[in-house]
Amino acid sequence: MVEMRGITVTFPGVVANDNVSIDVYPGEILALLGENGAGKTTLMNVLYGLYRPDRGEIRVRGKPVSIRDPNDAIRLGLGMVHQHFMLIPPFTVAENIVLGTEPVGAGGVLDMARAVRDVKDLSAKYGLAVDPGARVENISVGMQQRVEILKALYRGAEVLILDEPTAVLTPQEVDELAGIMRNLASQGKAIIFITHKLKEVMAISDRVTVLRRGKVVGTVPTRETTPEDLARMMVGRDVVLSVEKGPARTGDVVLRVEDIHVKSARGLPALRGVSFEVRAGEIVGIAGIEGNGQSELVEALTGLRKVSSGRISVGGIDITNRPPRDVITKGVGHIPEDRQRRGLVLNFSIAENLILERYHRPPFARGINLDFRAVRGYARKLISEFDVRTPSENVRVGALSGGNQQKVVVARELSLGPRLLIASQPTRGLDVGAIEFVHRRLVSQRDEGKAILLVSLELDEIMSLSDRILVLYEGRIVGSMKAEEATEQEIGFLMAGGRRGPAADAEMEAQAGMRAGGERDAKVGAGHEGAHGTAHLVAT
Amino acid sequence: MPKSGQGTKGPMERRTLLQREETRELFIPVVAVALALVLGAVLVKLGGKSPVAAYSALVRGAFGGVGNLAETLINVTPLIFTGLAVAFSFRCGLFNIGAEGQLIMGQVASAWVGFALTGLPAFVHMPLALVAGVAAGAAWGAVPGYLKARLGVHEVINTIMMNYIALYLSHYLVIGPLKAPGPLPVTPTIAPAARLWRFLPPTRLHLGVVLAVAAVWLVYYVLFRTTLGYEIRAVGQNPEAARYGGISVRRNIVLAMVISGGLAGAAGAVQVLGLQYKFLDIFSFTGYGFDGIAVALLGRNHPLGVLAAACLFGTLARGAILMQSIARIPKEIIGIVQATIVLFVAADEIIRRFIAPRRKAAPAAAAQAALNGVEGGADHGA
Ligand SMILES: Nc1ncnc2c1ncn2[C@@H]1O[C@H](COP(=O)(O)OP(=O)(O)OP(=O)(O)O)[C@@H](O)[C@H]1O
Ligand SMILES: [Mg+2]
Repeated sequence: MVEMRGITVTFPGVVANDNVSIDVYPGEILALLGENGAGKTTLMNVLYGLYRPDRGEIRVRGKPVSIRDPNDAIRLGLGMVHQHFMLIPPFTVAENIVLGTEPVGAGGVLDMARAVRDVKDLSAKYGLAVDPGARVENISVGMQQRVEILKALYRGAEVLILDEPTAVLTPQEVDELAGIMRNLASQGKAIIFITHKLKEVMAISDRVTVLRRGKVVGTVPTRETTPEDLARMMVGRDVVLSVEKGPARTGDVVLRVEDIHVKSARGLPALRGVSFEVRAGEIVGIAGIEGNGQSELVEALTGLRKVSSGRISVGGIDITNRPPRDVITKGVGHIPEDRQRRGLVLNFSIAENLILERYHRPPFARGINLDFRAVRGYARKLISEFDVRTPSENVRVGALSGGNQQKVVVARELSLGPRLLIASQPTRGLDVGAIEFVHRRLVSQRDEGKAILLVSLELDEIMSLSDRILVLYEGRIVGSMKAEEATEQEIGFLMAGGRRGPAADAEMEAQAGMRAGGERDAKVGAGHEGAHGTAHLVAT
Repeated sequence: MPKSGQGTKGPMERRTLLQREETRELFIPVVAVALALVLGAVLVKLGGKSPVAAYSALVRGAFGGVGNLAETLINVTPLIFTGLAVAFSFRCGLFNIGAEGQLIMGQVASAWVGFALTGLPAFVHMPLALVAGVAAGAAWGAVPGYLKARLGVHEVINTIMMNYIALYLSHYLVIGPLKAPGPLPVTPTIAPAARLWRFLPPTRLHLGVVLAVAAVWLVYYVLFRTTLGYEIRAVGQNPEAARYGGISVRRNIVLAMVISGGLAGAAGAVQVLGLQYKFLDIFSFTGYGFDGIAVALLGRNHPLGVLAAACLFGTLARGAILMQSIARIPKEIIGIVQATIVLFVAADEIIRRFIAPRRKAAPAAAAQAALNGVEGGADHGA
């Protein structure tokens, strides 16, 4: 259906695609796999008319075509879902889907009723359930993705390009998406999807094309390959797909959270009495389905969100409601969940981004001046240590591939050498090699006696890295267990709001303690000790 | 269009040149200016006059002889300051439309210090009067900055309102407390010791132009060489990331407005201390503050760009007068040219789409910009 032949794209200092050829047939799901910066996104942007290749040819249904912009691509029946959605939050689902190709009624007026009808028909046809009247800002990420897919289908897409569609989804949503993709393929659509998760490649795709450093390494039918083979093709060496770590040697309590209550951005209670501790030398994982208070918890711990009651301390020093800089100076590092919104200044260079928390201190600051020699030298060191793929440290971070952007954030936070590292989705968008590297670094931080709080939507990551696991559900900790005793089923059950055994008891006691404690902070803290102790008993 | 991507050598070379960051930054403004001048020529032609005669009169008016050149530089001077003022606030993500009001306050304060104090040596009085103007502008900028930082009130609204407060306040002062004896609504003339040195007699060219160039360097230095500039740019580019990195967004918003206001105040100060020697009642805005917006826009908020843009606008304004008197072509044509430049630069997509040869990076950048607007963050890749 689509053939790309000999595509070459160069950016200043990088050959992003080097004589790349791929093809995809109707009814087929092609996975595009490759290291961070291998050129996957670039290749798809070429197909969608966002970049023009230096050389190469694209054929659609056998005919050579010239795709100069996304409008050309849409006319040719190509649809793309970017990893970062391009929806308009206050608009409804139906409005977003028809945007740009709105059905017009008499007198040039937007025929909204027809739009809604069209959307309903379309979603029935492809089994993509959505609520056409809901506002996009109020629906989950998984739903937004469906809206993006419907948007492409509404424009008549026969070929669907999905760039890392699963990076932001919960495991359930990933399963649903897989179902949708297979259904679409069975209706004759061709699908190209990019992912770093080998499990998904194996489960969803029919064929895999692997890119490395801009070149095609090979294309194999999924049935004839294994995750290990794929990893080797991608990285060029054997990759350890599981985490190797010894038992934790825990020390003093580093982070202590006592009965904190936090409101969400919309003013609703997001955390309702959360207490836990993280000790030196251990990794505590927070499991939970997105939107159960993880973001608010991390923001509260890092000074980015007000705590309405409760107490947070690091190394015995109270940091409750202290500004972010104070928290950073106490030795707290933070890998934020959203690298683009919060973690990076996209228009700053890599070097400038790497000093975001310490530009004001020597050796980078000298009086009022910034010492750019020192800044660049430091950046070069981190770039090679963390294998950020870039021609130079002066490149705009926004011009890096998604995974390499993530590496910049991780490099910056790990090199702060924090006594407490709060890592939220630390490996989002990273390739298997980079994930292995980051996991190893997290474990070695732990072994150096640092405390690590890991927040991840990926249960695999939580299970394999953590020493202890806490399950967050609707703003409360509903479960706490040692990692080696935890099972995926049990955690999944708790994540979904199920209650069982001691964890539920602890939680109920926690609530009782809260009621007994009254309003005063000190009293809450004191009255809470018992409940907290119980939770901890369960935990250890 | 040839087959997709079967690029010949020519376009490829051009593309590599255009991909360079600096070239790209320069490209749009230069094309905008060229297009606007062509449009001006067409209008002159439509009016039945010769475009060649018009533009040569303009050039002679601006550069013909030391006297004209000096007057042109005098025109350019306040534009450099107000352009820097607007550009500086832009770098922090703020739109200071209040340069006009800050300039007025700078004029009043400088004039007052200039005439009220007497008997001071020049090396004290002149800097003092200058500082007074800068401080007054800074204070006028601080108010909207504070309101924005504390209460989230949009600075555009507040700076506009502050413009009117400045206008009427100055009006009151100059017919009331600061009025010179006599029928006219002016302040007394400032003491000679407060005046900026006119170093090229008999022209009126004064030290202000040197100060303006120094300000260009200073702003460049602060923005790109200091930790303060780092903070301000970080807040301007991504306040959420700045906050995350421990930078106080509020403090930088106030600071940026103070510095921006100070620069605009300096524009007023040099006008009074170098040129007018008094503050005369202005019944409507001087326009320098608003032109500063255009200058900053054309200069891409870069100090050197501001310098170049201010030179262009100052030259056009000066040349237009001569064009009118020599070639009998209404100077409003130049107003149209200036407006067209601003339009093209502001709506640079127009140029990107229809005039610029297709480049790979541009559409992506545009898509990203569109996305930034919607979600405040976009991934080109990932
Ligand atoms: N707009 C751009 N300007 C300059 N360089 C770019 C640009 N876009 C991509 N690159 C470079 O091209 C290379 C390929 O990037 P691309 O985004 O295609 O990688 P990717 O395979 O999608 O990686 P990831 O898995 O990390 O998302 C990278 O080295 C990147 O830095
Ligand atoms: Mg990518």
